[in-house]
Amino acid sequence: MNIDSIKNGIVIDHIQAKKGMEIYRTLNLGQLDCSVAIITNAKSKKMGRKDIIKIDKSINLDLKMLGYIDPNITINIIKNDERVEKYHIEPPKELVDVIKCKNPRCITSVEQELHHVFVLTDKDKKIYRCKYCETISEQ
Amino acid sequence: MKNLIDITDLSKNEIEELIKVAKNIMQEPEKFSEKCKHKKLATLFFEPSTRTRLSFESAMIELGGNVIGFSSASSSSTAKGESVSDTIRVVGCYSDIIAMRHPKEGAPLVAALKSTVPIINAGDGGHNHPTQTLTDLLTISCEKKRLDNLTIGLCGDLKFGRTVHSLISAMSRYKNIKFVLISPEELKIPEYIKEEILEKNHIEYVETNDIEEYMKDLDILYMTRVQKERFFNEEDYVRLKDYYILNKNKLENAKKDLCILHPLPRVNEISVEVDDDPRACYFKQARYGKYIRMALILKLLDIK
Repeated sequence: MNIDSIKNGIVIDHIQAKKGMEIYRTLNLGQLDCSVAIITNAKSKKMGRKDIIKIDKSINLDLKMLGYIDPNITINIIKNDERVEKYHIEPPKELVDVIKCKNPRCITSVEQELHHVFVLTDKDKKIYRCKYCETISEQ
Repeated sequence: MKNLIDITDLSKNEIEELIKVAKNIMQEPEKFSEKCKHKKLATLFFEPSTRTRLSFESAMIELGGNVIGFSSASSSSTAKGESVSDTIRVVGCYSDIIAMRHPKEGAPLVAALKSTVPIINAGDGGHNHPTQTLTDLLTISCEKKRLDNLTIGLCGDLKFGRTVHSLISAMSRYKNIKFVLISPEELKIPEYIKEEILEKNHIEYVETNDIEEYMKDLDILYMTRVQKERFFNEEDYVRLKDYYILNKNKLENAKKDLCILHPLPRVNEISVEVDDDPRACYFKQARYGKYIRMALILKLLDIK
């Protein structure tokens, strides 16, 4: 299967197989006015199978969420047919309104106007805890 | 420091400073009797707790200050649907410092983020109760004359018991501390406490369900109540509530200078026959609680 390479844009590579759509939705890529290709179940030497997203435009996207979803994802920035930058995204130190606290005893369960804030408390194990009740997030 | 939400908000030095001030107050209470003149403490108890509230109120009164507040959510505007943030902003207009208890975990942090006056967490659900931990530390310091080189037995509900978690966290900062964790299987200490505090700080500990197994080694025995309000299932509570009952027989092999503590209220876990034993320190502990709260109020109001 052939997908055209992009001249200027972003390639999100090494996405865990079948997670591509989740990332497409999380990043709101359906709202963009350019071509976006999602390749699922592509063969990968490193991962066996993987998903890839290609965005055919140089735009500023808030990608830090990807560090929470999967820090192994690779971001490639393409300019004039060449890869000019390649990097991984560190897990963000704080997540605001990305995940909800499931602890029924947490203050966020009754006060609806509060933001659901999770803080990275263990970088190696990628553990996020609710800022208010310290419950570990369910991923 | 402007608020006390979690015991880890305080450094080891700050805790030692509070203990020192509390001891000074105990020695010369008259010197402190007007320190908070014209200051008001608001005790906002969204969940009833007679002893903690009275301890805070008597602490403020003994410092020469005044007290306002409520003792249950039904007598506050929460019953009308007001949020914690709004309540705190209003009460901050009428008081200089707020002690707050709330059934929901994290509510005092929400309050602290909005408040213009210092907030003291007087207990938030099964989460934190830092002034109880300060009370425990002052008691140990006064009764054992040290906070290091101690073998501490923690007995009862180690799963939901917030006082136990905070005490482990606070004592792990001192040298040569060993813990004996005594609980039924269902109420064992959570894994994250073992991994993130005990193992991370290389603290020695053993787990057992037999209260007598390590009794002879203990310097401190911290008993806890199995709390009905922490269970969703009545059946589990009934099965576990009387799992441990400390009596004279069980203390037979204990050290002569063992110090028996309990955050109170007690139900059945310490037999009343133990009350007259010189090693029973739990009522003295309640008295120490007032002094450490006096020291804390002075610190948060920045009164020397």
